[in-house]
Amino acid sequence: MSALELVFSGDPKLFGIVALSLFVTLSATVAACVIGLPLGALVALSRFPGRNALIVFLNGCMGLPPVVVGLLVYLALSRSGPLGSFGLLFTPRAMIIAQAALIAPIVAALTRQLIEDLWAEYRDELTAMAVGAAGRVATLLWDARFSLVTIALAGFGRAAAEVGAVMIVGGNIDGFTRVMTTTIALETSKGDLPLAIGLGIVLIAVILIVNAMAWAVRGWSERHAG
Amino acid sequence: MLDSPRDEPMRDRPSTLPIAFEAVAFAAGETCILRDVTLSLDAGPATVLIGPNGSGKTTLIKLAVGLIAPSAGTIRYAQPDRAARRQAIVFQKPVMLRRSAGSNVAYALKAAGRATDPASVMRLLDRVGLAALADRPARRLSGGEQQRLALARALARDPEVLFLDEPTASLDPAATKSVEDIVAAAAAGGVKIVMSTHDLGQARRLAGDIVFLAKGRLIEHAPAERFFAAPSTPEARAFVAGELVI
Repeated sequence: MSALELVFSGDPKLFGIVALSLFVTLSATVAACVIGLPLGALVALSRFPGRNALIVFLNGCMGLPPVVVGLLVYLALSRSGPLGSFGLLFTPRAMIIAQAALIAPIVAALTRQLIEDLWAEYRDELTAMAVGAAGRVATLLWDARFSLVTIALAGFGRAAAEVGAVMIVGGNIDGFTRVMTTTIALETSKGDLPLAIGLGIVLIAVILIVNAMAWAVRGWSERHAG
Repeated sequence: MLDSPRDEPMRDRPSTLPIAFEAVAFAAGETCILRDVTLSLDAGPATVLIGPNGSGKTTLIKLAVGLIAPSAGTIRYAQPDRAARRQAIVFQKPVMLRRSAGSNVAYALKAAGRATDPASVMRLLDRVGLAALADRPARRLSGGEQQRLALARALARDPEVLFLDEPTASLDPAATKSVEDIVAAAAAGGVKIVMSTHDLGQARRLAGDIVFLAKGRLIEHAPAERFFAAPSTPEARAFVAGELVI
């Protein structure tokens, strides 16, 4: 069976892998945004000792190797690790944690830069209106929402494409923690190229579709919200 | 002036005026932008700041509002707590929040701790002639409409003193008149206006007293009628005569 026939045949195994991949990556993206957006905004608006070091650290974490993140999460979740009692290792939840840890710094660092630039524009206006710190964060995040969608997409793309972290903490268990990228790596090594190519096509299509939808929503929102 | 009974506590706050500058200076790095300014902004007719570019008008307004702190000298406020001052400012290029015109006003009302019900929002929009554009995205309004929306946001604070930093600098005559009418109505309602402008005609129309600045110094402060009839300094005479004062 060719790769394209496999994609369009509705193969349940392939469908299961795609569904799990989407669940893990979307969950990780949401978690990373919940952590990274307010963190980035707070760093942008705050002045405290060590702020510059934190910014350098966040920016540096944008280039974290997935296998290193996977290893750190593995150590944390392993039976002898600090979170070992939760029994999360080799589960989809461990994969979500690993991907969220991988992309949260990306979301935070890009948000910090975006919000800092926006704050330079809004500072006098919001200060004159006596808007408090929490109000400033909320206002800037809301007014930057269209650009933040792009940042979230960057995180989604990074998470969807990575293989090292989910391989280490998920274990690539067939039917349980096997996602698109780990399957592609495995099937290529086994020589089953149609499945690997088929999943590659689906992976690229998913990323393009998600980006196209986000672009459409952004365009519609900008027309209606200004 | 009261929009609802919920606004009454704001009226009960101590007065924001006078604001007294005592030998105030402001420097940005090595550049001295304002020096040795002694001035009192008191309740009453509009105070209009005039002077050439770089004379320190915007800096003086930002100092008065409390957006920046003086490098030297003292500014004494009748109400020391900035958050409790009944003051508002309209900038030359106001920032429109990414939401509708009505939501911009609701935001300002909420920031001022006032009722944000649709009736209060529409009352303010109606006051600046934008009621029909309540649902339009604020950033899609024209320059004049954005300036009027900024005025509505400022009035949402129910200010005792309203600062305006060259609010009509980039507007055509019709839009300028709309803004001036709103400012004049606010002044007639008891709001102290402190405004900077390049436009001598506008200063003649609106000013009760004139503060003339040049090269970061306060050159002359006089009632508008006297200032325009007989300016007492050579710089002011040259400026009123339309000569280039650099």
